[in-house]
Amino acid sequence: MAVVSAVTIVDSRGRPCPLPVIDLARAITAVEVGEGVRVLSDDLGADVDIPAWCRMRGQELREVTDEGDHRAFLVMRVR
Amino acid sequence: MSPPPAGPRPHLDIASAAPWHPRALVALTQVAEGFPADPTRLHRAGRDASDLLERARGAVAEELGGRPDAVTFTSGATEAIHLAIRGTAAADATRPRRIVSCAVEHSAVLSAADAVAATGSHEHVRVGVDADGRIRLDELEEVFGDGAVLVNVQHANHEVGTVQPLADVARLCREADALLHVDAAQTAGRLPVSLERLDADYLSVSAAKFGGGRGVGALLTSPRARVQGILTGDERERRRRAGLQNLPGIAAMAEVLATLRPRNPAGEAGGEVSRADAVRRHLRRRLAESVPDLEVHGPDDDTLPHLVACSALYVEGQALVTALDAAGWAVHSGSSCATTSGEPSHVLVAMGALTHGHVRVSFDHRFGTDHADAFVDDLARVVSEQRARLGIEPGGLG
Repeated sequence: MAVVSAVTIVDSRGRPCPLPVIDLARAITAVEVGEGVRVLSDDLGADVDIPAWCRMRGQELREVTDEGDHRAFLVMRVR
Repeated sequence: MSPPPAGPRPHLDIASAAPWHPRALVALTQVAEGFPADPTRLHRAGRDASDLLERARGAVAEELGGRPDAVTFTSGATEAIHLAIRGTAAADATRPRRIVSCAVEHSAVLSAADAVAATGSHEHVRVGVDADGRIRLDELEEVFGDGAVLVNVQHANHEVGTVQPLADVARLCREADALLHVDAAQTAGRLPVSLERLDADYLSVSAAKFGGGRGVGALLTSPRARVQGILTGDERERRRRAGLQNLPGIAAMAEVLATLRPRNPAGEAGGEVSRADAVRRHLRRRLAESVPDLEVHGPDDDTLPHLVACSALYVEGQALVTALDAAGWAVHSGSSCATTSGEPSHVLVAMGALTHGHVRVSFDHRFGTDHADAFVDDLARVVSEQRARLGIEPGGLG
């Protein structure tokens, strides 16, 4: 699996759905293919919606980590 | 774009509460006026009420594939579900010890089983679903383990329409000597539903979902089932449900079931199923074509004929409900911003489906393909307006 070459952090904590997914979608357009975006979110909907967004938009969810009061989603731009 | 059909917008939240069937209103009034007595009393008026009650019981049993003494009348599916789960747990605290529910069951099922588990007498285990909302049979098999279990699997899902593979579920339950409870609230009166054919031990139904009225439902039980009443105080309903029966409501429900005759292909329900199914397929296709970044939920086949659910990226479910309401469409949303709990629909979460921008459309015979086209045009416009407000252009993001 290709290494994510650079990671942009997007802090969506405190932002309700669907804002974390919109933040991710905007950030992905600003990075190159092969680079990644790490979204931080404490919204319950994002736990489902970020993987669903990756499936619908053909991007790759590489890692989800539980950070206690929020989750971090690492998404790689693959197209 | 063709001009929208004339007349009022058909109601699109039938799966929550279906309009009363005209025959229900007639039965309700006639019985309320003509049969006011308590059916347990031995005077003439009481015997008349009792005869009518037992005729209604026979009709409900006939349409739902059980014996008349299998039918317990309740205030609706919620009470029937609680009676099945809590009543079974109370009847024998050692069997079953484990209650199993499909993850996408109605919240009444999950809540009743959680309430039993909270007493410490049983454990409650949830079994996951695939992306279409179908129960994972391999996971179900794993949770049987030793000892008997009560298994809750709905006939069809209330949020996305998926019909569960109940023949397989029933076979696994028999092999494991487990009792099967089928919540048929969304299918009774609509699709062929039979306690005996499903090889189920409990079947819970609601009149409200098929136009049979409000505040009436039933629990059907097999000879294997053991239920202890949770509402106590008299001998009614073979001690399974105390309290004066809602005779006008029960008569209305029975009359509508006997009119719809869902188990007879020539019945009113059967004709509507094939009509609705064509509209549903048309609506699914048009939604996928006309609204960018939209996911239509559930399978193409083996699903409720009158229900379509979808989610659109980047928009709030509540905003869609409000904007569609302004356009004359009454729809439901399971998005977190649109639910009373503030949490996204557990059904969408279990399926891994997009939880925001969710809309559920459920319709009756008043909704045709011309209405479906008009609805899709309005939804496409509303989604595009909501996205434009966030600076998202029709080409989308990412």
